Amino acid sequence: MTAAVRPVESLVTRSASLETAVAGTAILVLVCGLLVLVGFPLWSLLSKSLYVRGEFAGLQNFIAYVTTPALSRSVINSLFVALVTTLIVVPIAFAYAYALTRTSMRAKGLLYATALVPLFAPSLLPAISLIYFFGNQGFLKSWMFGGSIYGPAGIIMAEVFYCFPHALTILVAALRLADARLYEAAEALGASRPRIFYTVTLGGAKYGLVSAVMVVFTLVITDFGIPKVIGGQFSVLATDVYKQVMGQQNFEMGAVVGVILLIPAVIAFLVDRLAQRRQVALVSARAVAYAPNRSPLRDAAALALCIVVSGIFLAVLGMAVWASFVTYWPYNLGLTLQHYAFEIADSSGWQPFFNSLEVAALTAICGTAVIFVGAYLVEKIRAFPVLRFVAQFLAMLPMAVPGLVLGLGYIFFFNAAWNPLNVLYGTIAILVLNCTAHFYTVPHITATTALKQIDPEFEAVSASLKVPFWRTFTRVTVPISLPAILDIAVYLFVSAMTTVSAIIFLYSTDTKLASIAAVNMDEAGFTASAAGMCVLVVLASMTVKLLQVLADRLLLDRLQAWRRR
Amino acid sequence: MTDEASKGVTGVAPYLRVRNLVKTYGTFTALDSVSLDVVAGEFVCFLGPSGCGKTTLLRAIAGLDPQTSGTIEQAGRDISNLPPPARDFGIVFQSYALFPNLTVAANVAYGLVSRGRPKAETAERVTMLLQLVGLSDQGAKYPGQLSGGQQQRVALARALATSPGLLLLDEPLSALDARVRIHLRREIKDLQRRVGVTTIMVTHDQEEALTMADRIVVMNRGAIEQIGSPAEVYRKPATEFVADFIGAMTFIPASALDDTHVKAGPLVFETAPFSIRQGSTVKLGIRPEEVRVRNLGADVPNRLDTRIEALEFLGAFARARLVPVVAPELQVTADFSMNALRDLSLVEGQSLTVSLPPETLRVFPVPQ
Repeated sequence: MTAAVRPVESLVTRSASLETAVAGTAILVLVCGLLVLVGFPLWSLLSKSLYVRGEFAGLQNFIAYVTTPALSRSVINSLFVALVTTLIVVPIAFAYAYALTRTSMRAKGLLYATALVPLFAPSLLPAISLIYFFGNQGFLKSWMFGGSIYGPAGIIMAEVFYCFPHALTILVAALRLADARLYEAAEALGASRPRIFYTVTLGGAKYGLVSAVMVVFTLVITDFGIPKVIGGQFSVLATDVYKQVMGQQNFEMGAVVGVILLIPAVIAFLVDRLAQRRQVALVSARAVAYAPNRSPLRDAAALALCIVVSGIFLAVLGMAVWASFVTYWPYNLGLTLQHYAFEIADSSGWQPFFNSLEVAALTAICGTAVIFVGAYLVEKIRAFPVLRFVAQFLAMLPMAVPGLVLGLGYIFFFNAAWNPLNVLYGTIAILVLNCTAHFYTVPHITATTALKQIDPEFEAVSASLKVPFWRTFTRVTVPISLPAILDIAVYLFVSAMTTVSAIIFLYSTDTKLASIAAVNMDEAGFTASAAGMCVLVVLASMTVKLLQVLADRLLLDRLQAWRRR
Repeated sequence: MTDEASKGVTGVAPYLRVRNLVKTYGTFTALDSVSLDVVAGEFVCFLGPSGCGKTTLLRAIAGLDPQTSGTIEQAGRDISNLPPPARDFGIVFQSYALFPNLTVAANVAYGLVSRGRPKAETAERVTMLLQLVGLSDQGAKYPGQLSGGQQQRVALARALATSPGLLLLDEPLSALDARVRIHLRREIKDLQRRVGVTTIMVTHDQEEALTMADRIVVMNRGAIEQIGSPAEVYRKPATEFVADFIGAMTFIPASALDDTHVKAGPLVFETAPFSIRQGSTVKLGIRPEEVRVRNLGADVPNRLDTRIEALEFLGAFARARLVPVVAPELQVTADFSMNALRDLSLVEGQSLTVSLPPETLRVFPVPQ
């Protein structure tokens, strides 16, 4: 009896240790991958900032930076536009989110979708649109009262468009988490409406507000496309990095500006993480969902606000579309397709658009696979706590790193002569790697959240049934998480499609991307073609998003019969 | 500890042998040197309040949260440091952890498929198991379409599918309605008896433990308070904690006179034998249902004249607060059936003579 049982047992023990080995190797590969994608490039950047012409110089570069007024001026400029944009965006986004979540106005779905439109455009699109509205030949130029759109005013207006949906999604999420019982309790205690609003509504959403403030601030500080197009002589940190690196080939000083750019982003990131952690503690499982009652006056006011805001967004997008078809602004407003013959404006022609589709698709496919598997390893494997902690840290890091800074780090790391990976330089592959790294954190959080909602005992049950974890991963975890996985893929596609910042340092003539082509065409004076390229990007991103919605409705419904009760 | 742990299983080699198990989280001790034997085929309940370490002990036996120190042997094999897949157990969780995207049949077959057995054999076994838990016609449904009680049975069938040597149940009934719970108690117990699998169940519900277990392991603050059959644990609680946690008990402060008598105020009670030093402060424990009121002869021991201070109606019985006439500072709780209540026409404020049978009176030491 015993003799017959023993071989089976040793087989089981061996397969169990095989499982541990597979898990360990997978986590190790993940950590190494993240180090190459994020850790080493950042390290290269930090160390580069301490060198002058290859010699270690300590903080000399930083001293030079601070004592050059033309450069240090940008710090003030960047902080100024970021602050003003935040002060404009967050209150409006809050009102908009409040209208969407706490009133009974009509057409909520449509109005929410409209407000998210800017997510699908490269950041320079609103800048180009504003030039058509308020620029030297803009038809609303008189509204500027003699001021110029080229400078802080233009930057701030364009950034408002660009940042609004980011703030809105955060605030909608925060306001949606309302516990009706708190309102009932406050009313029962005889609190006045303003007091209820201040204590319950704002109180519940305060961490969401902090988060929105931090996200908007960071987005503005680190955005490159808008100040590049509409900034004129008004220099900000992001354009300084570009000028130092691409204009003057001063990589060390570029690295210094990059490090300075990193500081506010890291601070904002840390504050945001703290706020998020607190927010979780506020939500109780027993909360009763809040259902807004009808209030004609309030609902009408909310609807009016939302229509005005989303109307402006549509106008900005519409202007870019229109301008891309106008023959010769503003003298010949006849429509033409000539601006879409991109080879006139840029020798690469349509190639950048196809490159963008390729990079976005590859990022969506490879990035989603890596990020979801990575999140699974971090969240569900019980062994190797130290490695998992390192992986989690590296996965959260990209959120704090502005695209330009990461791009610069990539030049230093991947272009180094000693690095065997420098064969990647100038290929589509490095653009895909960079996009995956740059946008790693948000999908990682999405995946982690989805995984956290799955019963933590699935792995324990599988272990007791002697089913290896990868089998449960493919048979159970992935099918259950399919909606989240689709979400991640679409997010990565749209982000890779619209990004300007990181990849501006990494493309070659053969691998130029659509948004970069738009920047170049705008620089060369072919503004209409630049607008046209941006419109194509919007079209591609929105198509993919619509496909996701359709997939969610049709495909998932059919494939996932188990979700129906 | 070792001797006590082996009590009741002498002569039979234990199937599961746990020795000096310690589990610490930082400075918190979740398990404090726990030792325990389980015989093959036995149904053992870990019973205790939340945070007593019962689930920690179960998860250590499964290898899900390995112990800090100590050893676990299963069927003569040292499994202390083996990962869960290398151990031999099936487990049912409070949440059932059924895979929502797989049908009931696929859930049950989950552990069989990966063993590379022929398809027909697997299907046959699944049919057999579903029949065993009374869900023959539910195989094609998804877990979300079943009631809580049905889901629980699917989880049970899945855990039993691979014929594990040890079945672990982690509060399997606590997510269910009271009525379903009572029904399933008997079903699980019957099933366990039929299959004959050694079973450990964690519960905080004393009724569950008393009705289902062959032996109960009462735990408190990471340590075992008592191991014994349900009757033993109930009738002869080893500690004040056990007495209080299982069933109801009134405690009266007293001092030990000799090994069968204690003195409480002016009263002297004859008790079950105990071994506590004379003169020590003790607590005298009386179960409310053991207070006698009928057929009291003049020479009955522990006769007591009391007054009914309060009478609380609890459905099938009434709970009375009795105050001894000569020692009004002492209080005794007594349960009377509705029958007794009616026959003796008991009302509040009335005088009542009772007796406290010595063999039911337990004496517990009071820690200094």
